[in-house]
Amino acid sequence: MLEKWVERALFVSMLFCALCVTAVFGFLVYFSWPLLSNVRGLAGIFSSVWKPFMGEFGILPMLAGTFSLAFLALVLACPLAIGITCFIEGLAPARPANAVRSLVYFMTSIPTVIYGFVSVFVLVPLIRDTFNQGAGFCLMTSAITLSLLIVPTMVISLETEMRQRAEEVRLGARSLGLTPAQELLWVLLPCSGRGLVVAMVLGFGRAVGDTLVALMVAGNAPVIPHTLLDSIRTLTAHIALVVATDSQDQAYYSIFAAGLLLFLIMALLTLLVRTIGGRFGQGGKRHERAF
Amino acid sequence: MKRTTFIAVLAALCAFLAAGGIQASELDRFAGLKGTIDIAGGTAHIPVMNDAGKNIMRFNPDIRITVAGGGSGVGVQKVGEGLVDIGNTGRAVSEAEKSKYGLVSFPFAIDGVAVVVNPKNPVSELSAQQIKEIFSGRIANWKDLGGPDAAIHLFTRDEASGTREVFWEKLLNKGDLAQNANIVASNGAMKVAVAGDPHAIGYLGIGHISKDVKAVVIDKVEPSQENAKSGAYRVTRYLYMNTKGQPTQLQQAFIDYILGPDGAEICKKHGYIPISK
Repeated sequence: MLEKWVERALFVSMLFCALCVTAVFGFLVYFSWPLLSNVRGLAGIFSSVWKPFMGEFGILPMLAGTFSLAFLALVLACPLAIGITCFIEGLAPARPANAVRSLVYFMTSIPTVIYGFVSVFVLVPLIRDTFNQGAGFCLMTSAITLSLLIVPTMVISLETEMRQRAEEVRLGARSLGLTPAQELLWVLLPCSGRGLVVAMVLGFGRAVGDTLVALMVAGNAPVIPHTLLDSIRTLTAHIALVVATDSQDQAYYSIFAAGLLLFLIMALLTLLVRTIGGRFGQGGKRHERAF
Repeated sequence: MKRTTFIAVLAALCAFLAAGGIQASELDRFAGLKGTIDIAGGTAHIPVMNDAGKNIMRFNPDIRITVAGGGSGVGVQKVGEGLVDIGNTGRAVSEAEKSKYGLVSFPFAIDGVAVVVNPKNPVSELSAQQIKEIFSGRIANWKDLGGPDAAIHLFTRDEASGTREVFWEKLLNKGDLAQNANIVASNGAMKVAVAGDPHAIGYLGIGHISKDVKAVVIDKVEPSQENAKSGAYRVTRYLYMNTKGQPTQLQQAFIDYILGPDGAEICKKHGYIPISK
């Protein structure tokens, strides 16, 4: 009886969540419709010029900014995340491993604004004085800051996967006479491919969705970046900057288009993680059988 | 001796009562009123609204006044949709906004916008023409302006900023603004950016200027509140309160208070120039 009720309650909450997401999507489409429904509006949105006071509402620079920032942050964060995970999942003695693990868990609880704030006072002057080009508010600064933000997410996701795999393969690996380092490098890491991909997609998603770091340290110039030291504007920062403008203005619709794009990017990423994750998952099982 | 002391005390008491009397007469219009006033919008207005609200709520605890920010655009939207009673803007509301929502505007103070550089920068005087060329990107090195051989780092504000609008209209004459200029989201962030970068240039509300940044003399006119009031310094804007339709009795009392002598004192305290009624 109780089980039935729990089942029903869970079903209702699932339905509610699904409904909310659909409603958000519908809302975004509804509000960006005036812009999407006419060809000129659509062409205007997918242009590379953002000059709202001259009637140019292109958000391509923001799309480019979002992708270059998220990609660069991922490139920086990936080796870090793999290294940290290997350290706490096998290479390190228990005590330092636990210390690092606690640190990573603690990092997830640091508010984004702290990263942005510290970055403005520490990293921005450092980058400005080191490279002597631009004001320091740029793609590189924000990517470094953002990589720190996404590392814990990636480590936790990868570690969960690795620990599960470790339980499955440890006995076999030990019986073959592998040292912990060999086990990690030749058995555990290759088995955790799915975990790595999931961690990367999660990290990328977090980087795409972050607003405050980009708003505070990326510079926000609406131009397509050519170098690492260029000032960039992301879709999220664009929404934050434009949301307070005259709501009767056409510029205002561009933020719904930006929101719609973000929504679609995230949906695509989720779909990606489902399909790739599934395929790797089977791969994982095959390894399991081999042992 | 005793007698003089007594007279002095009496005089002090009279003065105290008189002062109290004047203040009471300013706040008297709130006597017997009840209800809430929710305020949102322009960030420049917040200190003034907060101080006025504090005085009024202390005088009459039956009145609740809440103050939120959000920017001029949010102010219009919220008051227009009936979410707040007074929406503040650092710009005149547009015709479209006025006709859509039926807004009534009450200007109450003048705020000036100054061009600022880092205090370490030897450049302290510029012409309006030079500023135009700097912000359009045509002048890109400080050495062309008598400064060191270093690239100029441009800082500007977001599209929703009232400060940006004044600067762009009154100083750049709606001219080109370099696309690669860095954009910061508040007066505070602008101050931090310019104070931390010896080669930066940006602009701030005059009320926000402190020793961390240097206000540039433009065409020989110093950007001070006095010059803004006399009209010698022309990069200025009005600060507005807006209501949807005619204000209610309580809202009217609040607006009258801001426009009265007490409100003028509060505006002056925060670096704005009151518009006397």
